[in-house]
Amino acid sequence: MARIVLNNIAHRYGAVTARSATQSTDDAAAYALKPLSHAWEDGGAYALLGPSGCGKTTLLNIISGLVTPSQGQLFFDDTDVSQLPTEQRNIAQVFQFPVLYDTMTVAENLAFPLRNRRGINKLGDAEIKQRVADAITMLGLEKLAHQKARGLSADDKQKISLGRGLVRTDVNAILFDEPLTVIDPHLKWQLRTQLKQIHRQFGHTMIYVTHDQTEALTFADKVVVMLAGEVIQTGTPEDLFKHPLHTFVGKFIGSPGMNILRCELDGNEAIVDTFRIALPCHYPALPGTIELGIRPEFIRIVNQGEGMPVTISAIEDIGRYRIVRALLGSQHLDIVVPEAVAIPGNAAVVFETGNIGIYHNSRLVNSNNSNTGVS
Amino acid sequence: MKSWNNKAWFLVLPVLLLVAFSAIIPLMTVVNYSVQDSFGNNEFYWVGLEWFKEVLESERFHNALMRNLLFSAIILLIEIPLGIAIALAMPRRGWGVSVCLVLMALPLLIPWNVVGTIWQVFARVDIGLLGYTLTQLGFDYNYTQDVVDAWITLIVMDVWHWTSLVVLLCYSGLVSIPQAYYQAARIDGASRWAVFRYIQLPKMRRVLVIAVLLRFMDSFMIYTEPFVVTGGGPGNATTFLSIDLVQMAIGQFDLGPAAAMSLIYFLIILLVSWVFYTVMTQQDADSAPGRGQP
Repeated sequence: MARIVLNNIAHRYGAVTARSATQSTDDAAAYALKPLSHAWEDGGAYALLGPSGCGKTTLLNIISGLVTPSQGQLFFDDTDVSQLPTEQRNIAQVFQFPVLYDTMTVAENLAFPLRNRRGINKLGDAEIKQRVADAITMLGLEKLAHQKARGLSADDKQKISLGRGLVRTDVNAILFDEPLTVIDPHLKWQLRTQLKQIHRQFGHTMIYVTHDQTEALTFADKVVVMLAGEVIQTGTPEDLFKHPLHTFVGKFIGSPGMNILRCELDGNEAIVDTFRIALPCHYPALPGTIELGIRPEFIRIVNQGEGMPVTISAIEDIGRYRIVRALLGSQHLDIVVPEAVAIPGNAAVVFETGNIGIYHNSRLVNSNNSNTGVS
Repeated sequence: MKSWNNKAWFLVLPVLLLVAFSAIIPLMTVVNYSVQDSFGNNEFYWVGLEWFKEVLESERFHNALMRNLLFSAIILLIEIPLGIAIALAMPRRGWGVSVCLVLMALPLLIPWNVVGTIWQVFARVDIGLLGYTLTQLGFDYNYTQDVVDAWITLIVMDVWHWTSLVVLLCYSGLVSIPQAYYQAARIDGASRWAVFRYIQLPKMRRVLVIAVLLRFMDSFMIYTEPFVVTGGGPGNATTFLSIDLVQMAIGQFDLGPAAAMSLIYFLIILLVSWVFYTVMTQQDADSAPGRGQP
């Protein structure tokens, strides 16, 4: 177990070839992972969240050593492991699609990573047997234990892949690369709960890659959001919901996501179309794209005349609350309305001032320290 | 109630005719010869299974069969492991791939009799590069006089000619293994041997079945190359079933025994191929869903 520290790590695929070296080497877009420094605390349950192709898997593979980064160093506690091969890093990793050793039985599959150990880490047969038995019980694979791994269902195969990570109780970290993609929804929920339990029981550092926000928010103590090869925010699920630092986080987290409205700034007011909206503090004038972000939960529907008039285009009733789709001037707005609140025919809206964020070129402008401007 | 439309027969008729002329009629002719005796004049007499008995009891047949089995066994034992080893050593990407593939395919493109001629000349003691060099180096090598030398020459020639086929088949099996398997193996700390034993070999099994079957059948039916290189000699040392058969049918014009022998030959190949196939695909059946319980 160890604290995992990334020190200015970046990666470009194919960066070593002559062709890409002669091309624009400074082109930021060529990075699969932009320079990044980050610490994963020992025993933390992290979710790595972001859209497909944003560099999540690359980051994971760098930690496990499957990918050697183009620059930067990786530390486990105080040891520099940048040059260590995967086998010596003692990291477990579970992939998106099940990987099995077809000719082995389920139990042999689970024992495989333990049997591969050499030297001082070598385990006795009794110890291996015990750990495999534990993993089999944990994953509910008792009936299949002595069956050949080939020909099992996708669910069971992925459970075995998970199991091969979980039998290694002394790993530095367990990395999950969208491990539940192929699993059926009900089982997905069950397995996630189990992973959470295992985390509490053994206290491994767990990093869980996903592009599903529910998965990320239920699994993790801390969520790391990535976009286009860059970490744009790290925080608790609550942080991400309440204080998104980037419009992408606002839109990505929450259902429906944050409303992002183009606007202009005028002191402590924002101008959206023709409407003037009060802001929590004074903002300096900034060049570039300015947007106002507000969560659908923080918009109240009121009668005509008490707020900004909106045109309601649809109302979706999803149980305990309703989602109102509306137009404010020319801009689209989602509003979450509790079941008890009536929606008037000629509706207007009021924004809760304290929950408004102003984004400059997609990034939150720090309202506490508006003089320094861009965060 | 199934309704039959007899017009459908006309649709299969063309292929039926084709198969009849290419396979069934020639085969039946052979069956016909194998149960009759002829003294010329186009007169035939029914002899029943006499020729089969004669062939099966003849020492000449036994010896040729043994030579064939030994040859095929040696060929498989050398070409399959060697083919796998070369396939593993071949590059997976870059310009090296096409170079290797072309080099590998070259021997496969050479006609059988040309291969025979190449080696016949290559191994000659007087003018052949190989034979002459070996002799000059002090080896007592002469494939026209020494039995072991003749066998070694034939085996080396076959390995040179056909290992590429095994390599290409294995290579196709290897490149189809998803990268995730190798990554998982690294995560699990698997040794190079374990990767081969538990990932590469199982994933290559299907192509290996094909490789073993093809190489067995081909080597068991070998004719042209030994005919060109050694002509079956020295003595009868490299007279395989096929060479023996041709001598019997065309050299001696013993149509009855030759026909009986070809049928036996055919059945042996069928039987051994079936055994190989069944044994090598057994594992598939064992691990099919629901059948793996002890």
